[in-house]
Amino acid sequence: MMILKFDLLLLMILLVSAVFALRVKDALGAAILLGVFSFMMCLLWSTMGAVDVAFTEAAVGAGVGTVFFVAMIFRTTRRTSD
Amino acid sequence: MRLFATIFCLILGAMLIAATGDFPDFGDPGSPASSHLSTYYIENALHDAEVPNIVTGVLADYRGFDTMLETAVVLIAGLAVTFILRRQRDEDYVPEDSSASRPGLIVQTTAHLLVPPGLIFAFYVLAHGHHSPGGGFQAGVILGAVLILYAFAFGLAKAEEIFPEKAQRFCAFFGVSLYAGIGVCCLALGKNFLDYSALASPFSLSPSHARSLAILGVEVGVTLTVASVMFSIYADLASSGYRDEGL
Repeated sequence: MMILKFDLLLLMILLVSAVFALRVKDALGAAILLGVFSFMMCLLWSTMGAVDVAFTEAAVGAGVGTVFFVAMIFRTTRRTSD
Repeated sequence: MRLFATIFCLILGAMLIAATGDFPDFGDPGSPASSHLSTYYIENALHDAEVPNIVTGVLADYRGFDTMLETAVVLIAGLAVTFILRRQRDEDYVPEDSSASRPGLIVQTTAHLLVPPGLIFAFYVLAHGHHSPGGGFQAGVILGAVLILYAFAFGLAKAEEIFPEKAQRFCAFFGVSLYAGIGVCCLALGKNFLDYSALASPFSLSPSHARSLAILGVEVGVTLTVASVMFSIYADLASSGYRDEGL
């Protein structure tokens, strides 16, 4: 029962971060929200017992993936005015 | 058009959600995956590969070919990023003084504190992949992340003094070659490609012991490739392909 509540909380945060990553105008904010999404996904994998997948998700998705996005964002410029 | 796309996405989503109802329940012992495949691995992995962590046994031994080509995919992805982004400065380019934009003392001290434990953790994950979650891919990503942290705090040029561009290329290729080379050794000794038990007789080991050690060997190859590709991608992205200043 405890795990179910925990799962529901994780899924809520997952959905919210996914929707806001699409809606947010600021690219850096979207990258951070994708990192949050990955980390929630990692916690969900570990509640399902897939520890190896959770480990990979934490290292690749939440870690290095976010770093790549941030590195890209620092090298881009915003040309349009919106 | 936008309305059409929205309706189409909603229909597709509804169909996918309806289809998930046909999946077996989570952890259902009667599902096909649990009743045929998993039981075989759970019963035989320790004996066949002498690896207590079944995931590592499946990844590096039962499906070693799959993992080898995944590593090759990582190598190709790194090469593609380099081919697209890497470029040289003009002859008359005068570098700006980038020392002003370096992160401050706090970031550098934190990096000093985090890099050594990070390196040790990467090698722990690599060497302990037989017994606990982890293995080549995760160790490679952690190693790459530690190098990226170092480059972020002290500048890309300083990080590339430790791990130069040529060394990155060499390690990326050497990792895949090490993996494939172990496979070719098995082939040369008269067994199938990546059938590690072939390595038992030349080193006078038991077949399962040879498998356990060969898994460590291929994991080292995966780690080398993944770590150097991760760092290479970061170096290309962060410096717009010039590799001289970083973020």
